[in-house]
Amino acid sequence: MTLREVQEILEAEVFFGHDQLGMEVKTAFGADLMSDVLAFAKAGSLLLTGLTNPQIVRTSDVLDIAAIIIVRGKRPLPETIRLAEELNIPILGTKYILFETVGRLYTKGIVGCIEKVSDKRDFS
Amino acid sequence: MISHETVVYENSFSLEGRTFKNAGYVSRQVKTLLQRMKLSKEVVRRAAIVTYEAEINICSYAQRGKIILQVTPKQIIIEAIDEGQGIADIKLAMKEGYSTATEKIRHMGFGAGMGLSNIKNFSDFFHITSEVGKGTHLKMIIRI
Repeated sequence: MTLREVQEILEAEVFFGHDQLGMEVKTAFGADLMSDVLAFAKAGSLLLTGLTNPQIVRTSDVLDIAAIIIVRGKRPLPETIRLAEELNIPILGTKYILFETVGRLYTKGIVGCIEKVSDKRDFS
Repeated sequence: MISHETVVYENSFSLEGRTFKNAGYVSRQVKTLLQRMKLSKEVVRRAAIVTYEAEINICSYAQRGKIILQVTPKQIIIEAIDEGQGIADIKLAMKEGYSTATEKIRHMGFGAGMGLSNIKNFSDFFHITSEVGKGTHLKMIIRI
């Protein structure tokens, strides 16, 4: 689905990336631990998180994450939005809690970027 | 004549420790440089991930540090050298889930005890040495 559809499903506010809502997304990863995001998230996925600091953008940039969705009605810090603009990564916010955010996207066809943690090295 | 071992590119980046102010800035520079070399997306992504993890460690625990990037026709060599408290038990530090992170580091979303094992997983070669009270030296190699 497109990022615009994701925005509509989640009734999300777009903090940055209005011009990129046409991008296609198929997979997502949700966590508040950036260490785990670095270990498991895949390129081109959505990142769903409750964190609001600039490291969510830095982490997404390193991993080639498609867009960031901040959950639980939190707002990104001004420096987080500035960094998202600089690195050109869309950043949205939804009032839904993480569980509801995931459920709503999953029923509409977005799947996890991995299903389970595997023992094999996977660099995708 | 360029052999497989010839360093065709080298650069060094200084890092301030004990602050997250610029955490990730060096990794972005490294990623940009490697992207310009037209290396594969996967290789660039892995190099960025291990550099970022090393950078976060320096920003979290060390006084100061530097990241050295070297590229040969065959591989990317990344070294992270810091001056800081060092690691007393490397075997323990390599264990997933083990961490000495402070509340501040955890608040940023790090300190889950995944960093070093992550670096190992994303590298083709990984070596760590550390001296308590002196600092830590990481060497990561990613084959091109």
